[in-house]
Amino acid sequence: MNWFWHGLRQRVMTLPEDWSGAGVAPGFPVATPLAVAGRRFDPAVCPTGALEQGTEHVTVVYERCVSCLRCRRASPGMLWQEGYQPARLDERPLPPSFGSSLHVRVIDAGDCGACLNEIRMLSNPVYSLHRFGVYITPTPRDADVLIVIGPVTVGMEDALKAAYDAMPEPKRVVAVGACALSGGVFAGSFATRRGLTEWGGIPVDAAVFGCPPPPLAVLDALRKVAGQV
Amino acid sequence: MDGVRTGNVVNLEQIRRMARPHERLIVPVVPENLEALVGELVGQGWVFFGLVAEHPKPHEPVRLRYLWYQDHTPWLELELVAYADEAPTISSFAFAADWPEREVEDLFGVRFGGHPVLGNFVLHDERWLEGSAPMRSRPDYAQLRPLPSQGEPPRLRMIVDAPGAFVFPVGPVFSGVEESVQLVLETVGEEVVFSHVRLFYKYRGIEKLMEGRSAVDGVLLAERVSGTAGFAHGLAYVQAVEALGDKEVPARAQALRVFWAEFERIRSHIRTLAGIVESTGLSVPANLLSAQEEALLQIAGEYVAHRYLFGLNVVGGIAVDWPDATLDEVFLRVRAVVATVDEIYSGLQFDNSFLDRLEEVGQLGRDQAATLGVVGPLARASGIARDLRHGKPYAYYPRLTLAIPVEDEGDGYARARVLVQEIHAALNLMRAVVHDLPSGPVWTAVNVREGVGMGAVESPAGALAYWVRIGQSGHVARCHIMPPNLVNWHALPYALRRYAFQDVPIILATFGLSVADADR
Repeated sequence: MNWFWHGLRQRVMTLPEDWSGAGVAPGFPVATPLAVAGRRFDPAVCPTGALEQGTEHVTVVYERCVSCLRCRRASPGMLWQEGYQPARLDERPLPPSFGSSLHVRVIDAGDCGACLNEIRMLSNPVYSLHRFGVYITPTPRDADVLIVIGPVTVGMEDALKAAYDAMPEPKRVVAVGACALSGGVFAGSFATRRGLTEWGGIPVDAAVFGCPPPPLAVLDALRKVAGQV
Repeated sequence: MDGVRTGNVVNLEQIRRMARPHERLIVPVVPENLEALVGELVGQGWVFFGLVAEHPKPHEPVRLRYLWYQDHTPWLELELVAYADEAPTISSFAFAADWPEREVEDLFGVRFGGHPVLGNFVLHDERWLEGSAPMRSRPDYAQLRPLPSQGEPPRLRMIVDAPGAFVFPVGPVFSGVEESVQLVLETVGEEVVFSHVRLFYKYRGIEKLMEGRSAVDGVLLAERVSGTAGFAHGLAYVQAVEALGDKEVPARAQALRVFWAEFERIRSHIRTLAGIVESTGLSVPANLLSAQEEALLQIAGEYVAHRYLFGLNVVGGIAVDWPDATLDEVFLRVRAVVATVDEIYSGLQFDNSFLDRLEEVGQLGRDQAATLGVVGPLARASGIARDLRHGKPYAYYPRLTLAIPVEDEGDGYARARVLVQEIHAALNLMRAVVHDLPSGPVWTAVNVREGVGMGAVESPAGALAYWVRIGQSGHVARCHIMPPNLVNWHALPYALRRYAFQDVPIILATFGLSVADADR
């Protein structure tokens, strides 16, 4: 089998980056008026305390949402939006010279495997990371962006700090997934932190929400850091 | 217990008459008799499965229970009695007990006399003070050294004393998009003479987190032990809780649990195959396989509203139902994915680039695999025909015909062949379910009583079991997870021995390991 020719003969299977078709990004809860959620809607249906009841709405703290779907399946439940929750960039994007040449180091600080797998998907033909000029690099010395997944276990604190310190300026840190943002379901464990912000060992510049966030959400964050969107 | 044991001889037939395969028989044993009894069990073909430690009362010794497995037979639980936090090691008779004993020593402070290496296992010495024992019932644990670590970096044990011998630590951070784990290789030139796995950089303390959760909420943690086997973990957990329930799970739920469990198996095996193919340097087929994995993730996202099937298993059944016609649709889409995988694999079967790197590489012989106690496709590629769906049937499996592919060579190519055959076997199971789907509800309210329940499933990586104690308040008092990857990681050094340095990533890929699953 000549794999080179076989590969060229395949149809294009790359999804547009704004694709919100079913299964690519299964959706997330949105702020729901109390009138819709119901007077007896109990925010405690959320196991991680991501739902907050205000005077007129039940709002969502996305850092804590672990995509358990309980609030969606409650009756009546939270309103649901299709697609993925856009990534949030809390810092300026990298300078324009990084716009089509962004190198990313991924460090696993205790993830369950789902976030890691979603990031792996980015390199396949469906998501095709390279068409945006984004590359996964093997060493922090060549990296512009550090992606952190997992709640930050005690075991990985040292390695994570060392990797961040080894990266030259300018650099950005992207926290991917509920664990990296709030500890996720592991919040409160004696063996982990509650994500990057609570740990405070390195700064956090961007947040990607979900448990796990779909690949397009991670892509969204990287493109925002690169100043492409 | 009457009839189970005469002196140190365990009566297998009697045991089978006393209980069903998913139940437990508890046999007390004093430390003086432990080694002899274990020797007897191993001789009779029992397999060491796990060591459950519990410390509910601060002033009493840690309770130790050794779990033993045999096909079509209840669990045998040896409860160590009349001891005081020091037990003899059984790892010289049951090698698979090596790491579970080290885990109990680190987390509960129990000493295992005669064990060659204790300490610095789950709780790494450079971060945790000696004697931390966080799973004991007293609250003054969690004794951390502050950052930067003031402990010494781990002394790499060097076994080989030869010119050109070199110790090469790989990890915990790997160069690609990989989980965090450390693999220490001792090489003389090209040849890996010895290797050493250091796990638990990803230890999240999940078993401790489980304590105090409601029985219903425990599944959230279980699913996220290893997200890529989230459905299997969730299923093992809810089955453990349902064992203490007052009602049977409805038949339609049992059937759909099989449907989605096999779906997850297919997706996981495609991922492992993609990893194997990538490791042999064939990017095109690796990427095409990854695209098929993505197709399955999209199907899950579309029909189950979660790409990794989180939220589907619940205590009492499953959370969602579909019309039969919809499930037919799902099956046909999965069948199309498997057909594409077959096309890709048919190109690989005659590709020297692929075969040369896998045939006779990373071999684990049958006896070696049995001694190490490996499970799952890894074991079945080495001639060990063991599968929990067959040996301890659960959910709807008792009503289905199971094919268990087995190969003999125990090399990388045998593992790839087993994975492909298991994908087909899984598709056949999905087809059988869809053609014979019971009607009715997919969930029933279950009252859970106090006590201990076990749930065991054949996850994509192998035999997985949850031992759950529910307390008076209906909350989880203790949850011990016995994952397939712990025993399989333990076996990795034996498959690396004597192969070349460059073979290491390939052999590693053929094992299809998950660190999150082992670390918990």
